[in-house]
Amino acid sequence: MGLDFTVVLRNLDYLLWGRLTDGELGGLLLTVVMAVSAGILSLALGIALAMVAWRCQASRKLLFLWAELIRGIPLIFVIFWLYFLVPALFGGGIPNALSVILALAWFSSAAIMHSVLAGLQSLPRSQYEAGIASGLAEHQVLCWILLPQALRNLIPSFVGLFASLIKDTSLAFIVNVPELTTVASQVNNRTQLFPTEIFLSIAAMYFVLCGVLSLAARAVCGPSSR
Amino acid sequence: MIEFRDVHKFYDKLHVIRGIDLSIARGEVVVICGPSGSGKSTLIRLVNQLEPLSRGDILVDGQSVASSRGRALRRLRSQIGFVFQQFNLYPHLTVEQNITLALRKVLGVVPEDATVRAVELLDRVGLADKRFAYPAQLSGGQQQRVAIARTLAMRPKILLFDEPTSALDPEMIGEVLAVMRELATSGITMVVVTHEMGFARELADRIVFIDQGVILENDKPVDFFLSPQHPRARQFLRQLLSPLHTAND
Repeated sequence: MGLDFTVVLRNLDYLLWGRLTDGELGGLLLTVVMAVSAGILSLALGIALAMVAWRCQASRKLLFLWAELIRGIPLIFVIFWLYFLVPALFGGGIPNALSVILALAWFSSAAIMHSVLAGLQSLPRSQYEAGIASGLAEHQVLCWILLPQALRNLIPSFVGLFASLIKDTSLAFIVNVPELTTVASQVNNRTQLFPTEIFLSIAAMYFVLCGVLSLAARAVCGPSSR
Repeated sequence: MIEFRDVHKFYDKLHVIRGIDLSIARGEVVVICGPSGSGKSTLIRLVNQLEPLSRGDILVDGQSVASSRGRALRRLRSQIGFVFQQFNLYPHLTVEQNITLALRKVLGVVPEDATVRAVELLDRVGLADKRFAYPAQLSGGQQQRVAIARTLAMRPKILLFDEPTSALDPEMIGEVLAVMRELATSGITMVVVTHEMGFARELADRIVFIDQGVILENDKPVDFFLSPQHPRARQFLRQLLSPLHTAND
């Protein structure tokens, strides 16, 4: 049985950007947009929470409990909750894609918080001491001395988290957001005969996307041999 | 300038500083020495509250260290320069940025002026050409000179040195001591924890010998080196001067 990839080629524009010409973002492009937005949101939230946890012992237990809670439930539940919860709270005006982005960001922020906190704690105490000895306030030491070093060390870990994020956007399939996996299954339902070709191609697209990310990260981090 | 009043420091139950009283006058260069574990580093770390005091107080220019918090404590710290044994430069910043960071963030100096001061000080420690280098590209001696320049940039009233040459290869100690000699003769108040007895003999106004958290000698260098009173001080000096011949003491 030979594989016939013409079905992928014929639907390539739909797989890549969905109904973009009708003003509706979709396909691979939507996957990227969702992953990037969720990535930025979770990074901001995760770093902010790590800073709070680092500065205030009392908040740390609470934040850890919160992170534990997120870790202990499947991502798909979070997506379901937000899918039903966000419209219930704010009315129906929020696009499904956005509620999935929020779910992904919320979920990933816990992992980012843990990484950043570990990154901060793994820096030698002498860096902190040098900062406060010069009269810097604790939050200044954090912003100008500790975080820049920790974040640089954490780039490989962030790349891993972001790759997971890209793949996890496929869970948006269950709430019918037209990202790559959803449009692929639409094409498959329409054509019926070529599931292997379609889903192999989709897998390759995810793989290439994550691969490009890793290479880019290596290109960025590589030269700084410090 | 600095006055220790019945200073005590405990680490849990370990009593490392046991009631130190010591006055250091403005412009004085005081060398603190003693065997390892004697509490000498802890003593100067108490001055800018890198370690909190357990009991007693330290007055810096009349200001109580024990009761300084928040903004007052940060102000006090910005006036006390601290040079670390391991230099503690910020590895992600260039030499110039290492020097200007606290200038800009603590003293609010505008970037152009901060740069001018950094260039001046790098010139003073003989590293004008390393302005844009990163710490990892410098030798230990160069890193320590940058660390001294970083400290001087804040125009401190007091300089504290915590074994500034102990982490250096022997051939690099000289360049750091040369910078310290220049400082010692400039009239700034200096407290130096060191084993460099040459520096102590030549430049110190006073030598304080500490053992097990207590001051045993507090003398002019001449008296300390020629006629130390306490047996522990005599033994310490013997060990420093001829380490191979004291095993049986």
